[in-house]
Amino acid sequence: MNYKTKIIHTGKDGDPYTGASSIPIYQVSTFAQSDPEKFGVYDYARGINPTREALEHTVATLESGSCGYAFASGMAAISSVLLLFQPGDHIIVAEDVYGGTYRVLTTIFQRWGLKHAFVDMTDPQKISDSIKPETKAIFAETPSNPLLKITDLAAVVKIAKKSDLLTIIDNTFMSPYLQRPIEFGFDIVIHSATKFLGGHSDLIAGIVVTREVQLGNKLKDIQNGFGGILGPQDSWLVLRGIKTLAPRMETQQKNAETIANWLSKQPVVKHVYYPTLAWHPGREIHIKQALGGGAVVSFEFENGEIAKKVLRNVKIPLMAVSLGGVESILSYPTTMSHAAMPEKKRHAQGITDGVVRLSVGLEDPEDICEDLYQAFEQSV
Amino acid sequence: MKEWSKETILAHAGTCWDEKTGAVSMPVYQTATFSHPGLGKSTGYDYSRSGNPNRTALEEIMAVMDNGARALAFSSGMAAIDCFMKLFRPGDTLIVTEDPYGGTFRLLEKVYTPMGIKIIYVDTSSNNEVEKAFNPDVRAIFVETPTNPLLRIADIPGIARMAKKRGILTIVDNTFLPYWQHPLELGADIVIYSATKFLSGHNDVLAGIIVAADNTLVEKLYFYQNSTGAVLGPWDSWLIMRGLKTLPLRLERQEKNALEIAHWLTGHSKVTKVFYPGLPDHPGHALLKKQSGGFGAVISFEVDDPGIVPVILSRVKGFLFAESLGGVESLITFPAVQTHSDVDPEIRLRLGINDRLLRLSVGVEAVNDLTDDLAQAIDNA
Repeated sequence: MNYKTKIIHTGKDGDPYTGASSIPIYQVSTFAQSDPEKFGVYDYARGINPTREALEHTVATLESGSCGYAFASGMAAISSVLLLFQPGDHIIVAEDVYGGTYRVLTTIFQRWGLKHAFVDMTDPQKISDSIKPETKAIFAETPSNPLLKITDLAAVVKIAKKSDLLTIIDNTFMSPYLQRPIEFGFDIVIHSATKFLGGHSDLIAGIVVTREVQLGNKLKDIQNGFGGILGPQDSWLVLRGIKTLAPRMETQQKNAETIANWLSKQPVVKHVYYPTLAWHPGREIHIKQALGGGAVVSFEFENGEIAKKVLRNVKIPLMAVSLGGVESILSYPTTMSHAAMPEKKRHAQGITDGVVRLSVGLEDPEDICEDLYQAFEQSV
Repeated sequence: MKEWSKETILAHAGTCWDEKTGAVSMPVYQTATFSHPGLGKSTGYDYSRSGNPNRTALEEIMAVMDNGARALAFSSGMAAIDCFMKLFRPGDTLIVTEDPYGGTFRLLEKVYTPMGIKIIYVDTSSNNEVEKAFNPDVRAIFVETPTNPLLRIADIPGIARMAKKRGILTIVDNTFLPYWQHPLELGADIVIYSATKFLSGHNDVLAGIIVAADNTLVEKLYFYQNSTGAVLGPWDSWLIMRGLKTLPLRLERQEKNALEIAHWLTGHSKVTKVFYPGLPDHPGHALLKKQSGGFGAVISFEVDDPGIVPVILSRVKGFLFAESLGGVESLITFPAVQTHSDVDPEIRLRLGINDRLLRLSVGVEAVNDLTDDLAQAIDNA
């Protein structure tokens, strides 16, 4: 079955009893049982809920994995994955990982004895060099947020196999439509489903997909035990969003390419970060492992003053945290997604005060360029 | 700044409606009533039948999309039609497209005819036939174009001109072509939609919309809406708005798929006729091209033997065998038994809605999966 068709028909998206084309929203906490000793498949909605199950099945299928789990947020998904480790374990993490991931690693999980090393994953050698006897996993994010640096998926898997490490990736920026890391050998794929999977800036959700059932069962126990589950209404909305994943990703990516090219010609813009631009250092690797550059473009001004003025003057993109919706969103990593990262560390990675991040939506790209242009004119 | 394109307006439907929190998505106002700031004072919202913020937001965007004075949202497409029918009185006559949606036919025949409203059914794809049907009692002409299921095309500007000359209303059911065809700009007075179809686009909500060109007219319609109360609930209003955000891309993809499937069907040995206005040999092709930005995603076709119809319907997998249309999932329908069972068999046959006719609503799947599915169903039938 072609991928676009698979998105619409994953097999568990309807209701066999009534024939309803949309899965019912099972707004329920518990399920009546017929036997005191032998419970049915559905017992208590923290463990399993039919609406959430349909979403979990769909995302597992779309990521070419075995098991899927839906969580109350992307961070609940990431935190649940991190609960796989023991005190004393060590994991290697992409140095420009999402600020929220950085925060739980350096506070909560560090306190519990999970050690980490932040590493520049654009260079596989640096990953190999960071492996210690107690290292248990590599946690990658590609393209990275917000500078869209590229990690070579196949190279990471090769390194991990040699040392028997778990491979984990945050695939939020690409969505399974553009990049499927499990097909490259990754063990765990994580999504903030708030972004492209949901796609409408109207819900908060997270997803974990595992390549193998055994690892999936461990996560199922964590999901049920920890209980950071996604409710039925939100599960249903994510499923509804996934139905238009293909056309949304295609249009948003096309619009992003147009805007990235336009930005490259603006004298006020010092640098444009977009994975498929000719000068992007990760371009060749990215094209090998993904269907396109995605819908996020970051760009840099001479200084933070100009960036802040532009943010204040744009009219069409919403100035907000988050990305991946049908509405374009312009955000400021310095005070938003990467506020949790110390300034020195942030600057060292190139996330200067002049960097802004644009998540491109479905608007006419001409409108966006015109709007950015008027904002530039007022800000320089 | 220049006016926003329709794609931009739709993508921003309802965004930042809530100034208090700046929530990008509009909150769902699941409420029946609204407290008053003081005696004789109103926030603009009093009771959700009269007005609810989610319904208002949807109505506002639909008025902009169709360039109307105001839009009204109803609990179904039929409720929307029922609302404008309240404009008429016993003794009034309406000219109506002879092959309307079966539910429209049922409402007119079983509810309004007994109340004394006369209906003249006419082939509205012919301006001559329309012209011939006028008499002094005619108060309105109600056109469905493209028609369901035979996709005949009416000349909206031509019909609106005839109606204006006589001072009567032109009403267009635009369910098949939202976003692309704008009947009010072509001279119609009222446009109605079953928003269940393309506007929502996900086969998961029922809704109807009326947009009217003129303030006085829409105030009357609003009076009927508020008095009879078939309003659209807040959650469903919110869902339609969510659907509207992807309307342009859904329609573009669905039409592209439909055109390919129509061509494919044309070449199949067991298919005797294909009805799709995007095909150049369709009698309404040139006319629709002039008055609409697209041809839509509904195709009907006839097979050579009525005996193979049940087999096709049981064998298809990519196409769900279900009533309705316009969603991201492709559907297949048997009009004679499903959508048009309320139409008199004699009339049905004369119109061409026979037991060899099937209707497809094409979704956003990969088109080769859809043609493969049709091939395995038809070839083995």
